[in-house]
Amino acid sequence: MSQELGGVAGRGRLAHGWTIVATYLRLGVLNVAQYRGEFFVALANVITLATQFVGIAVIFANTSNLGGWTPSGLIALIGVYTILSGLIAMVIQPSLQQLMEGIRLGTFDFTLTKPADSQLLASVAVVSPAQALNIVFGAGIVGYASLRMGTTIGPLQWLYFCLTLVFGAVIVYSFLTLLGTCAFWWVKVDNILVVFSAVFGQAGRWPLAVFPGWMRIVLSLIIPVGLAVTVPAQALAGGLSGWLVLGSAAVAALFFAAARAFWKYALRHYTGASA
Amino acid sequence: MTAPSRTRPDQLEPAPDFSRFSWRALRQYYRGEFAASVAVNVAYRGSVGIWVVTSVIQPIVMIVVWRTVAGPTGMVGGYTAGRFVTYFAIMMLVNHLTFIWLMWEFEWRVREGTFSPLLLRPIHPIHKDISDNVAYKMIGLIGILPAMVILIVAFRGDLSGMDPLQLVASVPALVGGAVLRFMIEWVLALSAFWLTKTTALNNFYMSVQTFLSGGFAPLTVFPPLIAAIANWSPFPWTQAFVANIAMGRTTGASILYGYGVQAVWVAAAFGLLRLVWSRAVRRYSAVGA
Repeated sequence: MSQELGGVAGRGRLAHGWTIVATYLRLGVLNVAQYRGEFFVALANVITLATQFVGIAVIFANTSNLGGWTPSGLIALIGVYTILSGLIAMVIQPSLQQLMEGIRLGTFDFTLTKPADSQLLASVAVVSPAQALNIVFGAGIVGYASLRMGTTIGPLQWLYFCLTLVFGAVIVYSFLTLLGTCAFWWVKVDNILVVFSAVFGQAGRWPLAVFPGWMRIVLSLIIPVGLAVTVPAQALAGGLSGWLVLGSAAVAALFFAAARAFWKYALRHYTGASA
Repeated sequence: MTAPSRTRPDQLEPAPDFSRFSWRALRQYYRGEFAASVAVNVAYRGSVGIWVVTSVIQPIVMIVVWRTVAGPTGMVGGYTAGRFVTYFAIMMLVNHLTFIWLMWEFEWRVREGTFSPLLLRPIHPIHKDISDNVAYKMIGLIGILPAMVILIVAFRGDLSGMDPLQLVASVPALVGGAVLRFMIEWVLALSAFWLTKTTALNNFYMSVQTFLSGGFAPLTVFPPLIAAIANWSPFPWTQAFVANIAMGRTTGASILYGYGVQAVWVAAAFGLLRLVWSRAVRRYSAVGA
């Protein structure tokens, strides 16, 4: 018994955290069996990918490169975008919706009573695994793009790709958590999320290179969706320098720390909807 | 063998009869409903503002992309960088004045049963939707018009070729386009009577619509096959056609031809709307009612 308790404290909170994530994932799978219609929603998102490919075809019917990007590079970028948007739709967005709903209705108070990290609980509260289909398709598109490039991509660039993709996911997660945490003060933040989806859905599908200078700064450091999508794609399309990987890591660490600090600050000032 | 008393549901309940109405009553209804909608939109001006912000993002991105394709001095499909700016700025206005959001609302209307009170009124529910739509567009213009000017100034749009006569000619095209798009998307919204989840269908429609209407690029930059598909669809006649008249790219007899195409599509869409509506409303049984 004492050994078990020691296990939770000693073996690390990481393992405990992983148990929580796995549990919610399993619940999500059970849910998808219940609402099969959602699977078709994810499938329709895949159909909309087709129009993006036609869009790329239209652009490259008129030019040979877009701000230095080849067709294969842009396809890789769309793959990264699809992976990240799948991740948002699978767990980040639905969990945030639930968090905001919970704060409004007072059910979030139950989350706080659970013996685990509240931010982790709130972040994986709702999982819709049907959206994993988007992640799979995104990975497929990245694979197709890497074959289409004709040049061999070195193992170092694949490593950079994987690293910066994780950083991109961290950036997007942290940014959305920062926005969602605002719900502790302003109950209605759905509208801010709508603006984020519009920026991510429109600007996130294009490389940073097409934007004028001031917009690049906004999309890298203020609403860093451009950075999150462009840098991993760049690793495959043209090669990344180690400095850019470090820079991307720094932005991810900064946003993650900010999201964590803001969450803790918000909880300290949270009095509960029923109180 | 089913019992003789069991008939198909559409034979049981006659569709609501909205064919008897007086123009005077309708006018009064519109005046009241419009005033109420304006008041609602003024009350929720924050949300209207957010929607204006989101509708500016897409044109900005398209401008940036196509400006890069054209380059500082080059020309693509008859468009220089400056012309692309003007095109997408005008398309933003046209999109604002023609879009409807009802296909996202009908799912909820049917599921929650909020459609029932609308059906009980002695007036066709479409009239409420039309007047809500017009009211929202009027309030939204307060944000969209300055945004359009800012886009043109900030990205140095090229206004050559625009003249007052062309602008006048674009107004009937705009009205025709708005009517046509309203009908198409209202029919799409009615799919909620058959499907419990319409998000998938709506997303699919939106991506095709944005592309074929000219929201992604002017039709002249499309490869010939895609351009032909677009021109045989109703979508460019709701948006790109209007922008092209305003920019002075479509002139003379082509404008009259375009009006004609719009009229044909409006007639077809009207027929479809009546057919689908009469079937949809018979199918309706508010969940929980």
